[in-house]
Amino acid sequence: MWAILSILVENKPGILFKVTHLFRSRNFNIDSISVGVTENPEYSKMTITTYGDEKQITQIVKQLDKMIDTIKVERLDEHKTVYRELCIFKIKLSNASDSMEVNKLANAYGGKVHDVKKDSLMVELTATPDQIKAFEELAKPFGILDVARTGVAALQRSGA
Amino acid sequence: MERNLINKMETMSGAKALMTAMEKEGVKQVFGLPGGANLPMYDEFARCDIRHILARHEQSASHMADGFGRVSRKPGVCFATSGPGATNILTGLATAQADSSPMIAVTGQVPVAMIGKDAFQESDIIGMSNPVVKYAFQPRTAGAVPEAVRKGFFIAESGRPGPVLIDIPKDVQQNKEPMDFPDEFKIRGYHPWADPDIVNVERAIEMLLHAEKPIILAGGGTIISSAFAELQSIAETLMLPVVTTFKGKGAFPENHPLSLGPIGMHGHAEANKMMSEADCVLAIGTRFSDRSVGTFEAFEKRLKIIHMDVDPAEIGKNQTAQIAVIGDVKVNLRVMVKLLLQRAIKKTDESPWVKHVKETKAYWKENLKIHPGEMGAAKILRKLREVLPKESVITTEVGQHQMWASLFYDVIQPGTFFSSTGLGTMGWGFPAAIGAKVARPDVPVVDIAGDGSFAMTENSLATAVLEDIPVIVFILNNSTLGMVAQWQRTFYDRRMIGVDQKSCPDYVKLAESYGAQGIRAQSMDELEKAIKTALSSDVATVIDIPIDPEEDVLPFVAPGTSLADMVLPS
Repeated sequence: MWAILSILVENKPGILFKVTHLFRSRNFNIDSISVGVTENPEYSKMTITTYGDEKQITQIVKQLDKMIDTIKVERLDEHKTVYRELCIFKIKLSNASDSMEVNKLANAYGGKVHDVKKDSLMVELTATPDQIKAFEELAKPFGILDVARTGVAALQRSGA
Repeated sequence: MERNLINKMETMSGAKALMTAMEKEGVKQVFGLPGGANLPMYDEFARCDIRHILARHEQSASHMADGFGRVSRKPGVCFATSGPGATNILTGLATAQADSSPMIAVTGQVPVAMIGKDAFQESDIIGMSNPVVKYAFQPRTAGAVPEAVRKGFFIAESGRPGPVLIDIPKDVQQNKEPMDFPDEFKIRGYHPWADPDIVNVERAIEMLLHAEKPIILAGGGTIISSAFAELQSIAETLMLPVVTTFKGKGAFPENHPLSLGPIGMHGHAEANKMMSEADCVLAIGTRFSDRSVGTFEAFEKRLKIIHMDVDPAEIGKNQTAQIAVIGDVKVNLRVMVKLLLQRAIKKTDESPWVKHVKETKAYWKENLKIHPGEMGAAKILRKLREVLPKESVITTEVGQHQMWASLFYDVIQPGTFFSSTGLGTMGWGFPAAIGAKVARPDVPVVDIAGDGSFAMTENSLATAVLEDIPVIVFILNNSTLGMVAQWQRTFYDRRMIGVDQKSCPDYVKLAESYGAQGIRAQSMDELEKAIKTALSSDVATVIDIPIDPEEDVLPFVAPGTSLADMVLPS
């Protein structure tokens, strides 16, 4: 199963290393990771998505919790959470109609178009990983020249 | 106001602050080896009351600190220089981490401005040690040293103990700053479990009372929290047979009628048998390691498990428990003792289960086949037990002798047996014995050793002799890497590769060359005399006992099989 973990850590050098090292040494996998400082500069928030069975994910949470530099570790319920990832695709334009087609596709997914050139353009998409995957599938026939993604950021809904 | 505070603070170097902070923690000695990057701290030994005990290898220094920590239950301290000095203690850190032993390792580091420049004797010890320490500090200013020490000691000895590394760049050791030694501090992400869990202890009592074949499995956590009296009281009150893990060996007196000894790969036959028949286990301070329980599935299907542990991450890691009691096991066992007393529960008559357990124990005491020769491992270790005072502290090396010690040396006084059980570090026992003897100079300390394992840190003889730390090294010498040889005999069709030590070196001469006493014992009479001589002398003694290189450790539970599938001596 897929899980979203929200980890509040001390904003100190080396913590990202320790968290990712923990995943490696305990034989867990990181699906995506995003890190940024919080409103309080003493803390950083890491959002990690991972796959595993129930037992493994419980273990990951406990092992993260055990780390001295983690302040709070939460497993977020994806149904009660706003979670998004930012992704930038560079898409090939082979013929005249491609530009319009890709623009339409980008619009359908709420994406923004940048850097329009004769042979390529970029689409910036903020969406769930599933939506990004769906967009990717539809963009593939045009030719995806490059892609960069941020990893998921997530916050639990109020009162959830 | 702030200015006044600074005026009151004494200005001193980071190195002096380190020693001062350690003195405040009650440190009386440091095991270590000097080098370029830790010279400023070494210079402070000239001006403080902390004793320096010189090791001949940093790995040994770290094992000495580990041995000291396990016996005294206060962190042992070791010093090493940067680069290779620091990498040499990695094995010591990993050993301490695997066995939850409190330890402080202080390493020198290249000056702050040189970090990351591949300077001479620079190693990224913070990065390298990450998975094998409980925590690591690298103070970047002299003023940050006292807090690193205070927090380091707290982290090392609280909750589930473990090793803490403090890596101090050379300029940080040298720089002088006004120093504050705070008593109070906050670690936001670290809250060792302190409160008793009364609700779950009550549920545990109910489960134990309703079980037909209940048993106690005491792990290393029982020894770390010294919950000996509580364990014994509960076992006797509820008439529960007690098995231990290997790390928990001696948590319960092994001459007690309810004691069955360690379970596991080389567990006692009666312990493995009874563990395989039990229907409910009170598991105390154990992580259900593969070496202890064999296959996890077989264990899980049969048993109701009550799991007590200070580390919440151990609950459900290897074994799913029906009842989890999180917290210091001594605290929770004490609650259990109290509740049993309040409810006036006291079983006196023997249940069919306890009767069966005692009969099984008696059967195996009578019928376990041992090596027929005069100098078989069982006879040698029983002789050692017979001659040693019961309060003696035992450490072991790693290998066949270690498992024979588990099988044939009965621990009578709880908490007097220590071994590298998790990492299985060959060479641990001797330096750990030196650390143990420093912690308990009043009792005999014996390293039960094999020739292969002892060879790895034998140069600690210099430390034992020169620092006047008279430990006894008790070598069951089969001139072979015996455990490997046993596996080659068992699983590799007797293709003996890389195991023959060819009686090199001569351990009596080796001991003598270091100024220690060396005695060879080739008969039971000689052995008894040798042990007595060692006990009465004030110099470290090596007792070299030649044994049959073909002797196997049995019983044996092969990896990936269950305790019930134990192979017995034929």
